[in-house]
Amino acid sequence: MRRLIPFAIFIVLAIFFAVGLQLNPRELPSPLIGKPAPDFRLALLHEPATQLGPADLRGKVWLLNVWASWCGSCREEHEVLLDLSRRNLLPIYGMDYKDSAESALAWLERLGNPYAATLVDADGRVGIDYGVYGVPETYLIDRSGVIRHKHSGPLTVEALEKTILPLAEELLRCFNPQPTSFIDCKPADG
Amino acid sequence: MIPELGHFSLILALLLAAAQAILPLAGAARGNTRWMAVAGPAARAQLLFVAVAFGCLASAFLSNDFSVENVAHHSSSRLPAVYRFAATWGSHEGSLLLWTLILALWTAGVTLFGRRLPDDMTARVLGVMGLVSCGFLLFMLFASNPFLRLQPVPPDGADLNPLLQDPGMALHPPMLYMGYVGFSVAFAFAVAALLSGRFDAGWARWSRPWTTAAWVFLTLGIMIGSWWAYYELGWGGWWFWDPTENASLMPWLAGTALIHSLAVTEKRGCFKVWTVFLAIGTFSLSLVGTFLVRSGVLSSVHAFATDPARGLFILAILVLTIGGSLLLFAFRAGRVGVGGSFAPVSRESFLMANNVLLLTATASVLLGTLYPLFMDALGLGKISVGPPYFNGVFVPLVAPALFLVGVGPVARWKDARLPELAGRLKWAFAASLATALLLPSVMGSWKPMAALGLLLAAWIGATACVAALARLRSAAAWSAGFYGMNLAHFGLAVAVAGISLVSSYESERSVRMSYGDSVALDGYTFLFKGVTYGDGPNFRAARGTLEVAYGGKPVATLHPEKRKYESSGMPMTEAAIDYGFTRDIYAALGEALDDDSWSVRVFVKPFVTWIWLGSILAALGGLLAIADRRYRVALGGRKGGKA
Repeated sequence: MRRLIPFAIFIVLAIFFAVGLQLNPRELPSPLIGKPAPDFRLALLHEPATQLGPADLRGKVWLLNVWASWCGSCREEHEVLLDLSRRNLLPIYGMDYKDSAESALAWLERLGNPYAATLVDADGRVGIDYGVYGVPETYLIDRSGVIRHKHSGPLTVEALEKTILPLAEELLRCFNPQPTSFIDCKPADG
Repeated sequence: MIPELGHFSLILALLLAAAQAILPLAGAARGNTRWMAVAGPAARAQLLFVAVAFGCLASAFLSNDFSVENVAHHSSSRLPAVYRFAATWGSHEGSLLLWTLILALWTAGVTLFGRRLPDDMTARVLGVMGLVSCGFLLFMLFASNPFLRLQPVPPDGADLNPLLQDPGMALHPPMLYMGYVGFSVAFAFAVAALLSGRFDAGWARWSRPWTTAAWVFLTLGIMIGSWWAYYELGWGGWWFWDPTENASLMPWLAGTALIHSLAVTEKRGCFKVWTVFLAIGTFSLSLVGTFLVRSGVLSSVHAFATDPARGLFILAILVLTIGGSLLLFAFRAGRVGVGGSFAPVSRESFLMANNVLLLTATASVLLGTLYPLFMDALGLGKISVGPPYFNGVFVPLVAPALFLVGVGPVARWKDARLPELAGRLKWAFAASLATALLLPSVMGSWKPMAALGLLLAAWIGATACVAALARLRSAAAWSAGFYGMNLAHFGLAVAVAGISLVSSYESERSVRMSYGDSVALDGYTFLFKGVTYGDGPNFRAARGTLEVAYGGKPVATLHPEKRKYESSGMPMTEAAIDYGFTRDIYAALGEALDDDSWSVRVFVKPFVTWIWLGSILAALGGLLAIADRRYRVALGGRKGGKA
């Protein structure tokens, strides 16, 4: 039955397609995972006089969400972020990437503000340190300031429930009195 | 109200498509003529309702109805009206609606021009097309509805992706889809032939003009896409081996093979199994192309926001359509029978060799495109396959195929004699050899790849002229098909010449320039006269001025732009090009640097226009071939009459 060969080849191809759909071609493993979050100090969107950076957030498990008012898919994840902030599980810090302050403020005004604070990265310098290549991106950072997870693209409920929140819970549970040594408190992979 | 009307029309269209699929196919199987007769009216009514749905979506875009989610995400009130219309197919949902509309158009076309076909053939062809349409309408209604409302209604939309705000990009998808979907006709004919077991010359003759028409659209669609990439992306390139480009190249290559295989099947009755296979394969590759682009399974510059449920839905359509037809092929192709015999040196064997080369080239593009997916799925890491692979594999496969393009049309059917063939082609061969040896030196330096490309281009061009002249001198009657073929081959020669020359002799410089700086390239000097700022309807633009001179004489003033679209903040490059028959001068603005200087890219691109000129000639050749009156002569089916 050599005429079945094209069919067989196609079925193999279709299986690869089905597997491929579960993968995200844009999800490149970030070299920053397991490394200390690059340090910065940025002005706050709502209080331009105040500056904030990862150093101030030592001891907290927090999410860094890179967004911009010009970014269409940020609108998609916004509901997810709002919902998460209402649950008070962990603070979300926004980083407003390459954006103008007025449109960013208007955007939060209109759609609601899920962020504990929003940092302004107007020229995208900090974004370069974090290897931001598409907005939105979300980083999970542990008590000792180490990046534990990176999510590229709009945050989904599924990614939140299955990956980010379990990981965050584990990070919250393992309290380490010496925040600089993070090696002995490594969460399980995943 | 209007969006709901559109939504309702889609549901009606789905019901009609189901009627168009089920009743005629069952009727043809059971010999029930009344069931079969449903096909035509159902197909035309389906077209009406899909067109109404499309009109509703277009009107939502034109009237800035931001309560429709699709409009809110892909348009804005400041978008010029023409792009608001083009935005109708600028989104995933809208482009699927366009896909379905075009399928309905081709189907209605078959009902109008297919009146001389046997009734059961028409019924089966329309039934198969109805099945495909059902799949896409279900997909739209369940996973990609373009008419969903948004609550609360945003005051303004998020604007259309600036990359799509361009005349070329407005035209590119409809042309491409006309091509992709047009191959569904040949596919439906092949499946109908497999179902009925009838593989006469009528089947091949009927498929030919439809296939050629789809090929003409696909050629133009790819050409517009390539031209758009050339002037819009600002890199001066015209082909990037991007997964989405490859997705359109694969059906084009397979479709080209199909056109030639159909010719043999019609004229000589052989290659039937092969033709059926190619007809299924070409449309399958169109579907795979749609899947690759729409599912986001591959990352590419075209990447669209995606969700896995949609990918699975298209995959299901793919498996049912392609898998089903390939199974049918496996079990029914045995009945096809063998055609006439032919000698090893004959037009048949040349066309066979060409077909094998084209299909191998298709397979190599498919492999290169999907290789990153295979590796990722097997957990072997993330890799990307780039131009070195494609150029390294594609060129050696296509070069012999191009050589055969010169021989095939001149060789006799059934049995050709080598000495006679050599006698007819010796002048063409001498002329192309001389071109290959001399012309590259005129361009500056003799390069082997340029010489090879020119040899093949001149060979195809010269043999096409020889064949056309011989026919003109003979007493043979005017045949649009014959001259169309030669014109298409001549267009191919022009495109190959353009590709060879621009790849070997283009030059570029990327420099930092402030007011009054000048840069020299290939004898041209580019004098930078600074940048002015201005506003467009929905963007702010920095507009550079470059005065180009050749040997002290002014040639052109170029105004490359850098635009920033307000709503998306996305920077866009608008290259400035001085088009010419023998060269393009091309300039693009890069980034603004610290002081008042800018990074500027300038290119001199010899004969690049020939790539698009050649594609247009090839498409015109296809059009001429469709006009052949042979296709309008009755086939001796059950119905007579004129169309």
